[in-house]
Amino acid sequence: MNTGQNLPALDVAGLECGYDEQVLLRDVNFQVKRGEIFFIIGGSGCGKSTLLRHIVGLRAPTAGTVKFFGECFNEATAGRQREMLKRIGVLYQGGALWSSLSLLENVMLPLEEYTPLDAAERAELACMKLAQVGLAGYDGYFPSEISGGMRKRAGLARALALDPAIVFFDEPSAGLDPLTSRKLDELIVNLRDLLGMTCVVVSHELASIFSIADRVVMLDKHAGGIIADGDPRALVKESTDVRVREFLGRGEDAKVAALQNQPSP
Amino acid sequence: MPEPTTTTPDTRVQLHPKDDELQVELQGNWRITEPRPSWVALLAGSAPKRVKFVWGKLEMWDSALLLFVFEVRQWCRVQGVYCDLSCMPAALQKLLGQLVVVNETPMSLDRSRDFFSMVGLAAQDVWAKTREIATFVGECVISAGYLLKLPHKFRWRDCLEEMQRCGAMALPIVSLISLLTGLIMAYQSAILMRQFGADIYVADAVGLVMVREMGAMMTAIILAGRTGAAFAATLGNMKAGEEIDALTTLGIRPVDFLVMPRIVALGVMMPLLALYANGLGILGGMVVSLGVLNIPPAAYWIETQTAIDLGDVATGLIKAAVFGVLVGLAGCHSGLRAERSAAGVGNATTTAVVMGLLLVIVFDALFAVVFRIVGL
Repeated sequence: MNTGQNLPALDVAGLECGYDEQVLLRDVNFQVKRGEIFFIIGGSGCGKSTLLRHIVGLRAPTAGTVKFFGECFNEATAGRQREMLKRIGVLYQGGALWSSLSLLENVMLPLEEYTPLDAAERAELACMKLAQVGLAGYDGYFPSEISGGMRKRAGLARALALDPAIVFFDEPSAGLDPLTSRKLDELIVNLRDLLGMTCVVVSHELASIFSIADRVVMLDKHAGGIIADGDPRALVKESTDVRVREFLGRGEDAKVAALQNQPSP
Repeated sequence: MPEPTTTTPDTRVQLHPKDDELQVELQGNWRITEPRPSWVALLAGSAPKRVKFVWGKLEMWDSALLLFVFEVRQWCRVQGVYCDLSCMPAALQKLLGQLVVVNETPMSLDRSRDFFSMVGLAAQDVWAKTREIATFVGECVISAGYLLKLPHKFRWRDCLEEMQRCGAMALPIVSLISLLTGLIMAYQSAILMRQFGADIYVADAVGLVMVREMGAMMTAIILAGRTGAAFAATLGNMKAGEEIDALTTLGIRPVDFLVMPRIVALGVMMPLLALYANGLGILGGMVVSLGVLNIPPAAYWIETQTAIDLGDVATGLIKAAVFGVLVGLAGCHSGLRAERSAAGVGNATTTAVVMGLLLVIVFDALFAVVFRIVGL
């Protein structure tokens, strides 16, 4: 890490994403600084998850570039992409744990693939990661035996296995009760504070957005791209775009006033 | 006697003709779960110039009433009759408005294309699918090369588990089907051989056909239905649960991790199962010969040995190994290309079985030609 300390963790430029011949998002541009908690927000079906899938390389964008720490990802060779993916963690909506493996084996697998550690060390480290997300003692369980919230946390433990520099969260609070969802938010802030990880969160959970986001970009289905970029607390007050104020204020002026008074993280 | 819970249709709708205006009085209980009066039947051929709704004592109403009013309105529109809804309850008016919006269908357009475009599109589709399959096979070859270089990256444990599932656990069904195949063939060839007094050659026929053809073929068919479908369902489900995406974003190729262990397992177990099926088929023939043709098992066995040489067994086993790989490829390919839904997984299993069987038969035909040229 001698060079490029000032390069953004993630730099998306002119990205065009879509499925088949249908383009959902055009000319998406944003940069995420290191250690930033960055939210991608927007209504249902506006392409938040699609954008995420294009950024992490699950789909090839039709135009534009995705750069991690200054290095172009989507135009790199397959081998180089594999190297770059080691520094990226992804938490999927349902956790996406491998159902044939126990929680411990799930967390151990990335370590097995990419580290020279022996089996005992891998198990020890995996146990620690599970404990970090509050799943100590669940290492022998299979994904089908635990609740949705636990699966999500185990998925996070797996995403953190290789101590990635940047972690993507796909709707982390979807389907969770408010308390668990809040705990997950705290976990995200902790990761940033303790390990300096950059967190990119796809969400439409207003409570999370206002309590932990440093910056948001808002996507819109009809605009087919970004319609707002900035601090959510500032956007809700100052945005000239009625769609942004309406979304962040849940369509109610009274709520807007209440949310504006929330303290910054 | 229990009291009827609903008023009869007749009392719910009262028609009062006044000059050329028809007053329709609605009252009583309207439930969507109960039959609803038909407007056309109520009219009974009369043709009013105006229709006016009058609201009687409505006890309970839901969408049933809404549908009735809508039916009347549509009839009026078609007939060019004025329909007076002025004194309709506000709630019903609002709901009717929603129903009208839902009912407004956009003009249907002719979406068909001309013959040449359709052929062109179909050809493009076939080309895309062929490319997709070729890409998948290519990926598998690259992956095989990679795993040969780095054998410790191969998921040996998964492979052994799959071997047990597709090999050992398939023994009962393979036993039954190959034994019966041998029995059937013995019966059929006995009919022919008896005419020439060449009963003993039943052993040659059953042995040769079983070892060269039916052993491998029957095993492949069983495993296409049993294991190919299971591969597709497992991988399809994993895809729906984003488990395959999770592998990809970890930089692990799903082909290395999921496909290769399965294909290797099938490629190894299929010849073993085919060998076993050969044995049981010959046993089946032996049973029929003993029971029907009175040929002692020792004579049958000696005759079988003279008919079959190692080359015959080898052709069967080569075919079985190839069929195993084909069934595995078909299963994994359709699983990995499944749509992310329950129906998608179902379609993937169907495709896996159909494609597996198709490939097995096509390659069997190819092998017949190739072995003839090679002289095996």
